[in-house]
Amino acid sequence: MIPAPPASAPVIEVRDLRTHLVTRWGAIKAVDGVSFSVAEGETLGLVGESGSGKSMTCLSLVRLTPRPASRIVGGSVLLDGDELTTRTEAEMQRIRGRKIAMILQDPMSSLNPVFSVGMQVREPLTMYHGLRGATLTERATALLASVRIPSPAARLRAFPYQLSGGMRQRVVGAMAIAAPPRLLIADEPTTSLDLTIQAQYLSLLEELQDRHRLAMIFITHNLGIVSRICDRVAVMYAGRIVESGPVRRIFTAPAHPYTQALLESIPRLGTRIDHLTAIEGQPPDLARLPSGCSFAPRCARVMDRCRVEAPPEFAAGPGQVSRCWLWAPAGG
Amino acid sequence: MPAEPLADGALTLPDVAARPDPAARGRRVPVVSLGIIVLFVLVAILAPFLSPADPGEQSLRNRFKPPVWMEGGSSKHLLGTDRLGRDMLSRMIWGSRVSLAAGVVTVLLASAFGAGVGLVAGYHGGMVDAVLMRATDATMSFPVILLALILAVTVGPSFTNVVVAIAVILWARYARVIRGQVLTLMGLDFIAQARIAGAGAWRIITRHLFPNTLNTLVVLVTLQIGYVIIVEASLSFLGAGIPPPTPAWGSMISEGREFVTSAWWVSSLPGLAILLVVLAFNLLGDWLRDTLDPKLRQL
Repeated sequence: MIPAPPASAPVIEVRDLRTHLVTRWGAIKAVDGVSFSVAEGETLGLVGESGSGKSMTCLSLVRLTPRPASRIVGGSVLLDGDELTTRTEAEMQRIRGRKIAMILQDPMSSLNPVFSVGMQVREPLTMYHGLRGATLTERATALLASVRIPSPAARLRAFPYQLSGGMRQRVVGAMAIAAPPRLLIADEPTTSLDLTIQAQYLSLLEELQDRHRLAMIFITHNLGIVSRICDRVAVMYAGRIVESGPVRRIFTAPAHPYTQALLESIPRLGTRIDHLTAIEGQPPDLARLPSGCSFAPRCARVMDRCRVEAPPEFAAGPGQVSRCWLWAPAGG
Repeated sequence: MPAEPLADGALTLPDVAARPDPAARGRRVPVVSLGIIVLFVLVAILAPFLSPADPGEQSLRNRFKPPVWMEGGSSKHLLGTDRLGRDMLSRMIWGSRVSLAAGVVTVLLASAFGAGVGLVAGYHGGMVDAVLMRATDATMSFPVILLALILAVTVGPSFTNVVVAIAVILWARYARVIRGQVLTLMGLDFIAQARIAGAGAWRIITRHLFPNTLNTLVVLVTLQIGYVIIVEASLSFLGAGIPPPTPAWGSMISEGREFVTSAWWVSSLPGLAILLVVLAFNLLGDWLRDTLDPKLRQL
């Protein structure tokens, strides 16, 4: 488990969360015992390959995993100390958006094409704060201005198709902070933006986070972004967090062989290399996970023990834990 | 374009705007169709003022008077008279009311119910979807005309029965098309985003899904009005539709069919009216479809 950050109590605390998908091939452990916590103003990076369970973890927090196939089978999610897994659907609807907001990946389809930007930005303000009339328009304009959209009053009348991808993603961001929420989950919000816009958007997110003291979970497979905006990183593999720790430790002293392999597969500017190291093999089939460590079949430093027994978490450095037998205390 | 020295060294691009857009022809507003529909609606609404005579007034002495332009025609009966000497023009004018009312009422009922079913089925998926869609399939396999005949025989023919019989079958089409569209919409991020923002089923269906299906609905409604007019006329023709003495185009065709050789106008004129109105609705529907949503080609 990631040690709680000093001083403030965590905004969100996840303990041993388990979400299973029921398919005709059997139960798939999409999220298999995930624990983490994020404090006010802190950003946790959730990193991993496609299908490693990053998005499923976050959807589990707001209880919006695909129905009826998936079910949260265990663990607890505490929002400011309040248990969410036992809430009714009606109660969850009042938490979604107001307490936990999310920004999704695709700006092209994340706005309703038939309504103007204004109508869509006003909707959460009406829903959460019951605003109407002139105050509502004023707040909507202010909200667009706060995500650095030029001439916001005019933009309220624009339709989504008249805006660029970057602009739309800003509108989505504006809607997400309308409450403002306690926790903002950003699910690869910059993947479909081009590089300069990406950088601007990341600065914007940081700015919004500072202003509202948001706890933020940033889902990505882009390690460059992680190093830029995250305070701590959790690396997911096959539904588990295999390593977590402060961002600097993860980049300078990765403890888990999977994290090491991930870092080696990034090309570095200024260093001439003949070929990039790819991680051998395929991501595991979650329906047929090997006994023992799920990374064992692809691991360069695999030992006999790894194939038999799944590793628990071991301390690997200050604030850093790793699910790998390499870190087992001597004699253990 | 011949090569000319460029004043400022700029590249001149061929003037795209000046070239005729090959698709533009298909998108031109169908003025004739619109004109026919507007005329049809106006005539139906203003029937009491436009009709030169009482459509039910019989005059056995004036049976089978030909239209005014034919030998023996008189300006008293511009389109001639029928078997009972009733004024054809007045009957046609009043008959338009039946067609318009049947078309509009039936399609409104069917589209409201069908769209509702489609939205709910597409939104919920799973068992709800399976049950609703099987009901839709079952409905679609039932012939409209047969149901209307059964109703006419058991309950007796009436305007209400015609509307009910057609609407009870017609909704299935809306349900299926709308459900298909909802399924595509459900995969888009703005629905997920709405849900994450705390919107419930009702809000998502009414504020996010329904407005995105409006284009499809408008196209379907327009195309279906023509279809309903034909079905109503067929039922009236068969005697299972609007009961006499109310003039309806379908029953007028039926009444005149024995005299087609001697008094062709009694059957042919209402037939022509049906043809024109239905054609106009279909052409307008095609145009709407191409303009609003080219993906709906299969409708």
